[in-house]
Amino acid sequence: MHETAVAESILRTIIVEGDKAGAKPVSAIISCGQFNAINDEVMGFAFETAAMGTTCEGMTLDIKHIPLRARCKKCDTTFEFDVYKPACSQCESTEFDFESDAPLLLETIEFEENE
Amino acid sequence: MKVSLNQKILSRNEECAKKNKAFFKENNVFCLNVISSPGSGKTTTISRTIKDLGDQIRIGVVEGDIKTDTDAQKIRDAGGEAVQIETHGACHLSAEQVYNAIKALNAEKMDVVIIENVGNLVCPSAFDLGEAARVILLSVPEGDDKPIKYPGTFAEADTVLINKIDLMDYIDFNLERVLADIRVVNPDVDIFQVSATTGEGMDTWYDWLMDKKNKG
Repeated sequence: MHETAVAESILRTIIVEGDKAGAKPVSAIISCGQFNAINDEVMGFAFETAAMGTTCEGMTLDIKHIPLRARCKKCDTTFEFDVYKPACSQCESTEFDFESDAPLLLETIEFEENE
Repeated sequence: MKVSLNQKILSRNEECAKKNKAFFKENNVFCLNVISSPGSGKTTTISRTIKDLGDQIRIGVVEGDIKTDTDAQKIRDAGGEAVQIETHGACHLSAEQVYNAIKALNAEKMDVVIIENVGNLVCPSAFDLGEAARVILLSVPEGDDKPIKYPGTFAEADTVLINKIDLMDYIDFNLERVLADIRVVNPDVDIFQVSATTGEGMDTWYDWLMDKKNKG
């Protein structure tokens, strides 16, 4: 449910950028890590609701999930962490360090072309 | 027309969290952000900590709840000072709410400020409040599957308290599994087994708290 706060924050930025550009936003791309706990359906709904009555109403929001990478302490391989199989992809060791999880980012906003 | 921003979405919260952190540092206050499911014993744990350590250090509490000031009242009954934030529906505390609360608490006079977040094991972990350490509470009756179901929350903990261990004999709770699952996402985290009701194991938590406080 923290998606509501995330949606409001995205919306504020898009409205400011839209005013600067003098154009209507049509779509935006956000990205998130594995520990941000962003659920696509909840996020989409929260954004759609928050956007009602603003210049962002009807725009689309794409969400990219960035995998979390880990480095094996035994064989130094870096691999994509999988919570269902938390082990090194190479040597299956369960001793590894996480690389930092991706932050929540507003990557790009696409605006309508002005005539 | 495409505009590339790559801007942190929660940057406003992060800016305010930095302000809180600077405030705590400047005033030599050690701040904890306590996160757990509802009913895991956050208030009981904090109350007991105040009762047991209150003669050594001054502890102030910021209470976060959706409604009521019941928890702030419990803290005051235990002899502590507390400010209640009612979020009126929001599932987590924000750094800005905490900034206002620590001013109301006169937190600069405290040795330790404990923020009791809204009972929720997911949302609060996305919001930095400017704390020096994050404490995750997990109680035995919640079940031993919680760390693996909420990996993000446990990954960002500085310490985990497994509370209500006095109920371990009555509940099917695989402690080995819990410890192993926490270690998967957070290998170096400090884990303490406590009962805030009987007092069992609380000394280990107090030692951790005093040690971290002294180190700043």
